[in-house]
Amino acid sequence: MHLTRKGVHVKIDELKSDFGLFKNLELSVGRVAEETWTEPTGPTPFPSVTALRDWDMKLLQRYRPFYLPYCDVCCLCTFGKCDLTQDKRGACGLNMAGQQSRIVLLACCIGAATHVAHGRHLVEHLIEKYGRNSPLDIGGLNIDIEAPVTRLVCGIKPEKLRDLEDVLDYCEEQVTQLLSSTHTGQEGSNLDFESKVFHAGMVDQVGMEAADIAQISVLGFPKADPEASLTDLGFGVADVSKPTILVIGHNVPSSVGIIDYLTEKGLLGKVEVVGICCTAHDITRYSSMAKIVGPISWQLRYIRSGLADLIVVDEQCIRADTLVEAQKVKTPVIASSEKNCLGLENRTATPSEKTIADLVENKVPGVLILDSDKVGEVAVETVMKIAPKRGRFKIIPELEKIVEAAKECTECNECRRACPNDKPIPEAMKAAAKGDLNPLAEILESCVGCARCDSACPNDFPLHSFIVKAGEEKLCKEKFKMRVGRGAIQDVEIRNVGQPIVLGEIPGVIAIVGCSNYPQGGKEVAEIAEEFAKRRFIVVTSGCAAMSMAMVKDEEGKTLYEKYTGAFDAGGIVNVGSCVSNAHIAGAAIKIANIFAKRKLRANYEEIADYIHNRVGAVGLAWGAYSQKAAAIASGFWRLGVPVVVGPHGSKYRRMLLGRQDKPEDWCVLDARTGDKVYVGPAPEHLFTAAETKEEAIVLLAKMCMRPNDTSKGRAIKLTHYVDLHRRLFGSLPNDIHLFVRNNTDIPITMKDEIVKVLEEKGWQEQRIPDPTLLPRLVRERKG
Amino acid sequence: MSAKEEPWQRAEIAGPKKALLILKPEVVGAMVKKAKRPILVAGHLAAEDYSKSVRMIEYVIRIGKAANIPVVATAHAVSEFIKRGFQATSMSAMDIGSRLADPEWKGLDGAGSYDLALFMGLPYYMEFVILSGLKHFSANLKTISLDRFYNPHASWSFPNLSVKDWKENLETILAKLGEERKDVNV
Repeated sequence: MHLTRKGVHVKIDELKSDFGLFKNLELSVGRVAEETWTEPTGPTPFPSVTALRDWDMKLLQRYRPFYLPYCDVCCLCTFGKCDLTQDKRGACGLNMAGQQSRIVLLACCIGAATHVAHGRHLVEHLIEKYGRNSPLDIGGLNIDIEAPVTRLVCGIKPEKLRDLEDVLDYCEEQVTQLLSSTHTGQEGSNLDFESKVFHAGMVDQVGMEAADIAQISVLGFPKADPEASLTDLGFGVADVSKPTILVIGHNVPSSVGIIDYLTEKGLLGKVEVVGICCTAHDITRYSSMAKIVGPISWQLRYIRSGLADLIVVDEQCIRADTLVEAQKVKTPVIASSEKNCLGLENRTATPSEKTIADLVENKVPGVLILDSDKVGEVAVETVMKIAPKRGRFKIIPELEKIVEAAKECTECNECRRACPNDKPIPEAMKAAAKGDLNPLAEILESCVGCARCDSACPNDFPLHSFIVKAGEEKLCKEKFKMRVGRGAIQDVEIRNVGQPIVLGEIPGVIAIVGCSNYPQGGKEVAEIAEEFAKRRFIVVTSGCAAMSMAMVKDEEGKTLYEKYTGAFDAGGIVNVGSCVSNAHIAGAAIKIANIFAKRKLRANYEEIADYIHNRVGAVGLAWGAYSQKAAAIASGFWRLGVPVVVGPHGSKYRRMLLGRQDKPEDWCVLDARTGDKVYVGPAPEHLFTAAETKEEAIVLLAKMCMRPNDTSKGRAIKLTHYVDLHRRLFGSLPNDIHLFVRNNTDIPITMKDEIVKVLEEKGWQEQRIPDPTLLPRLVRERKG
Repeated sequence: MSAKEEPWQRAEIAGPKKALLILKPEVVGAMVKKAKRPILVAGHLAAEDYSKSVRMIEYVIRIGKAANIPVVATAHAVSEFIKRGFQATSMSAMDIGSRLADPEWKGLDGAGSYDLALFMGLPYYMEFVILSGLKHFSANLKTISLDRFYNPHASWSFPNLSVKDWKENLETILAKLGEERKDVNV
């Protein structure tokens, strides 16, 4: 038996009974749950904010923050603004390093709170519909460790939906504690802020896991299925002859309500349900009838195209001007989340007929409905009636209008100066004035869909719409195949790949995740993914990145998902699902330590993270990361010791965590066999860094898969990829190769001559390969 | 603020301390000559076709040679330098940024820290934040942005320039560094 954290506390001043008189009696009773997990509880169950601080500091000593302030001031309180330039301190006493780390913590708290609140809503909703005793089952017989992150962090084994309530209680408490430390006059050390950032990330992973295992278990999503079906994706996927509902966001119940209502009324196939962003991922995990338009940056182009007859938004990453834009194309909007009410009238308690009539007759631009079943009914009935009336009304202009406007363009450059990717819009407009729309169409290929160009134009030209129109022909033909999110990684898959990953024979796990704030368009994500899949790495993906890598076809018209297996194995491209499914990527790394290496799992965070950091060659890549959630997700991986690379826009996250390969003293571990301090080279070199180009990212990812524990065979394989990629993309041998060769057998045979020459030039000396750990308590035998 | 002191990307506002404008490019040449340990950081855009008439990499190489200063090529830019037979050190933008911010770093050659860093060819926003990191955390380093756009976190920066004026300025700097002046054609 064990007591959960949620308990009852009773205090009685005086109690008379047959046994006697009791005074000042206090009883604490937790919720009694059946204990089926016999593993003893480890050192850090439900860790507090500082419980893992020592571990964090070990990482932060090696990976030092490099702060990149956006601006010189702090404006968070009325003491300010305070000028923090160089070594100045603000009125509260905080300096620039403290302020930047505080901002990073704020971002990660926002991200973690978002996932935890998402999980809370899902769990409450599913409990209300399916009961608190609904079992958690995310992989049937293929998965024993159903919640590796939760087990590791909290030290409990959740078995039913109700168990996740306790888990989320913990997460909410921690996020509140962390957020409080960002108040003026609290934390004063940048490194302690950074430790709290790691804590926020860890809590975020727990929140994501709770959310995804709840929805997988109850909604019948694919359960760790490597052969999850292929779904349609692209701007042109919808049969626009049918009424079309567009769902946007991350939290799937309202979309499920739509599918359920269509099913109940026999209307499946008569209404198109298409999605953008992670709700699209999750609704295709729920129903094969749903389709995906594209990633987050596809919102505005789709809404303005008028192809959606009705829009349902839930939460996260939804454009704040959705209602404004939807009104321009006469598309009603249903908001379905307390977090995103859009100023709309709450019609949750209004009879559906009344709401439907008001929407169809355009008496209201949209409504707020906080009941997913009612959303389903109102959305479907409204779209059936309104679609014929709308007639696909759109505000994407005709080509003649663009040419006409282009002739009035003064090339003032305001659009370009507003564009995150500095796209040459003025030059494209100049060409358009002469009737050549190709330059505008080319911009669409790398447009992130922010429409800042629209806002900036002094002539009020809808430049984003011009760009969309110019590329419309190609855009509308876009149809791709993406493998539906499979959820977790099976235990048996971990058993099969654990050894080759830890020994280095599978050269690495590349997790390509995150949003679509790409510097050069989503095709780069597909190129990076295929580079590593071809090289027999394991490529794992989720969220918008999983969509972007589907949006490229080869000469035979096949997407990556049609060419590569969905199994967690060498050469696989494994789509785990939506943002909250990122927990399964962390879970896979944790399960390697637990299932393959038999390390204790229960509340044993530090040891498992130490194992992963030194042995599991996994690296995250968030090439288009933009959000606070992405920051939180990354920070969860940092605490586990997994490095993360972001694209160039990720440099705006305000700090990197960088190792210094020129400081050999930073790269020593303890040999767990002897306690000796052993130099192991900069592996992995960074915990968080931004790459400027895809070429740099590819080389960096290959390098950052090296780990101190690699066997010589494994290291030789990893070096082969690193050297080969460096030579191809950088045009030379890496200048740091001597830092990664520990002995002669590490040297790839096919490159032996040239590498030996470099080693001689560098005065290289052989190093031994230890049983690496950063934790003195894991040393088995000490000399002397 | 004069129009020339506006950041190229409108929202990239620096704060109280912003770059001084380079109004006389020959002053840059003089600063480079005066510096004890200057260094030039070239981003990947330097290795791309900047415009029909400009190859930024040629300016990087010419400045590197004329001033006899080390050049760090970030991202994959080093491959273009190799093709042109010029020896640049390959290092990521974040790596060189963090090293320049470290007062104990002894430089590429181990001979000591740098006192002047010239930047060109990084994505505007990336250079913006790296220059900010250096402004705040490297008290002894001065930075100059030689890109075509005003980058406010540098110590000195060109204003927003036309391609022609930018080339003209770079030629003036090179002349000051002792290289024979070339005509500017755009």
